[in-house]
Amino acid sequence: MEPCGENNTMNNKKHLFDNPKNVKLLINILYLSCFVLFAMDLVIHRHTVHPWESFTGFYALYGFLACVILVLLARELRKLVMRDEDYYDNKDIPVSDLRTDDEKN
Amino acid sequence: MMAGLLPILPFFIAAILALFTRGWLRAVIMLGTPFIAAYGLYNLDDGYTLTTTLMGFEMTPIRIDRLSMLFGYLFCIAALLGTIYSLYHKDTVQHFAAQAYAGSAIGAVLAGDMLTLFIYWELMALTSSVLIFARRSEASFHAGIRYLVTQIISGLLLLAGIIIYYQSVGNLDFNFIGLDSPGGWLIFLAFGIKSAFPLFHNWLTDAYPEATVSGTVFLSSFTTKVAVYALARSYAGTEILIYIGGVMAFFPIYYAVIENDLRRVLTYSLINQVGFMVVGIGIGTELALNGAVGHAFADVIFKGLLMMSMGAVLHATGEMRGSELGGLYKRMPKTTFFAIIGAASISAFPLFSGFVSKSMVVSAVLLEGYYGVWLILLFAAAGVFHHAGIKIPFFAFFAHDSKHSKTAKEAPSPMLWAMALSSVLCIVIGIFPQTFYSMMPWPMDYSPYDTTHVLAQLQLLFFSALAFVWLKLAGIYPPELKSVNVDAEWIYRKLFPKVIYSVGNVFAAIYSKVEFKAERLLQSTQGTANQFFGAQGFLSNFRSLGGMVMWVAVLLSASLFLYYL
Repeated sequence: MEPCGENNTMNNKKHLFDNPKNVKLLINILYLSCFVLFAMDLVIHRHTVHPWESFTGFYALYGFLACVILVLLARELRKLVMRDEDYYDNKDIPVSDLRTDDEKN
Repeated sequence: MMAGLLPILPFFIAAILALFTRGWLRAVIMLGTPFIAAYGLYNLDDGYTLTTTLMGFEMTPIRIDRLSMLFGYLFCIAALLGTIYSLYHKDTVQHFAAQAYAGSAIGAVLAGDMLTLFIYWELMALTSSVLIFARRSEASFHAGIRYLVTQIISGLLLLAGIIIYYQSVGNLDFNFIGLDSPGGWLIFLAFGIKSAFPLFHNWLTDAYPEATVSGTVFLSSFTTKVAVYALARSYAGTEILIYIGGVMAFFPIYYAVIENDLRRVLTYSLINQVGFMVVGIGIGTELALNGAVGHAFADVIFKGLLMMSMGAVLHATGEMRGSELGGLYKRMPKTTFFAIIGAASISAFPLFSGFVSKSMVVSAVLLEGYYGVWLILLFAAAGVFHHAGIKIPFFAFFAHDSKHSKTAKEAPSPMLWAMALSSVLCIVIGIFPQTFYSMMPWPMDYSPYDTTHVLAQLQLLFFSALAFVWLKLAGIYPPELKSVNVDAEWIYRKLFPKVIYSVGNVFAAIYSKVEFKAERLLQSTQGTANQFFGAQGFLSNFRSLGGMVMWVAVLLSASLFLYYL
């Protein structure tokens, strides 16, 4: 993602990504880069140590799958571990036992 | 003597001077200190040692070799960058603690014996905790206490290990120890706690995000890196480290994806990066060890840069939760730019520092044939880009417009200068890897910039980005939610209090029963006594006062009589 440069000040100014066209352009650049990088695998011979490395598009596929798996598993993890923000505030223990006077206010 | 201490002593002097000076004078003192220390280090030759005897122990407070020298310079750079950053505030306590903390960290890496290491180990714990307490909030106070307890436990394990080691080996040399040495496991555990081994990692994710804006920058630079240094020196080639490091690189990325507090996301990513270093130490070849310490070097700078940029956001908005941030690129374009450089570096984009250092570790793992670990590291490398490379800049500076995107102000100039310098370093290391490699402690012949490496890395990263875009557009990507995520810390933050409270409840119930019974017993005894001796009691009633006086007189005369007998 490219930065927007030096366009601050003015509150009502249109910023770089306020225009959906620019977002679209950025995403299209990404698609194009991915295509080119994948195509380069067909042309350039990589030195490999592990046999899997020599599969065409191994790194591309692995990077893509890794991120998808990461996010899908993280969503499942969320079901398991996500709690309210005040989870550690020891609700089981009467507040008067734990908190100082400042905190009660 | 003085020459030997020149890399360390100035920091402690600066810490004390910071207490008594104000304004530009304090700034000059603090900014000059890392230069004096680095000059002191420059004047010491490879192989220099400073020895002294304390309480009958042969001690080596300073030992210079290529490994300790590298970390010494690194910490001078980290101290300089952190100090520049921290000039935006005038908090004397923080300035004092940061200088002393930097001095302790350099002291620890230059230590040639384990007793000196232990002293600096504990000094680091104390001085760094001040940077957490200095946030002066209820949450930071509690997190600081938990942090301090963990650090002290690590120190005590180290001390116990040192004592056992000394008794059977007979020296205190801080060199290779290994798990088979007596006390080896204890020292390993002490180092492991500080490098945030799995299950011992929550002190980091708990305390760092609660520290002050500039405090977190210092914290993320020193403590874990000293631990990495200690592991590299004492446990290089210990195979279990490969697997521990693999776990460290792998599991935090899941937490990083769902964590809402962006500085906490960075702490999870810090554990992930330390995981790469620990794997390198476990492999133990020259390339792997260089990778480990080289990655520590690069990490201090790019992780510091990311922490700086998030600190700037916190400073500008008072908010660190991804769910409440977004759109800040409109108000903080310079910070956004520097954060993206940090993100590119941590993601190991070619031409940035992370690429140059991380690829050493990954190549070494592959060359030594640990294919399972290699696949895990590749997965983790893609994951890093995902949560640190994209998530951090995206949710803070882009995503949706938050209310802060209309009010926030660009970071103050000391922050911008520190971020700019860090960015320059990230890029210089990335562009001139051979200069960087020539500083490494072990000789090696390695070049990251061949088509194989660059193409593989670019494919990995761009397709990770593609996955992010796809998941985001498809609405699968988990949104930032106000929440906390339960981790191993649940054991001591939830289970222990619960257990202690319920055990306490049982005892309280028993105690109140006993108390009740005792009170009843006392009352009945009192009643009986009253019956006999009270004002209306039996013994008070049938003897008159005159009779009493007479009886006293009789008793006295009887005793007098007996005395003369």
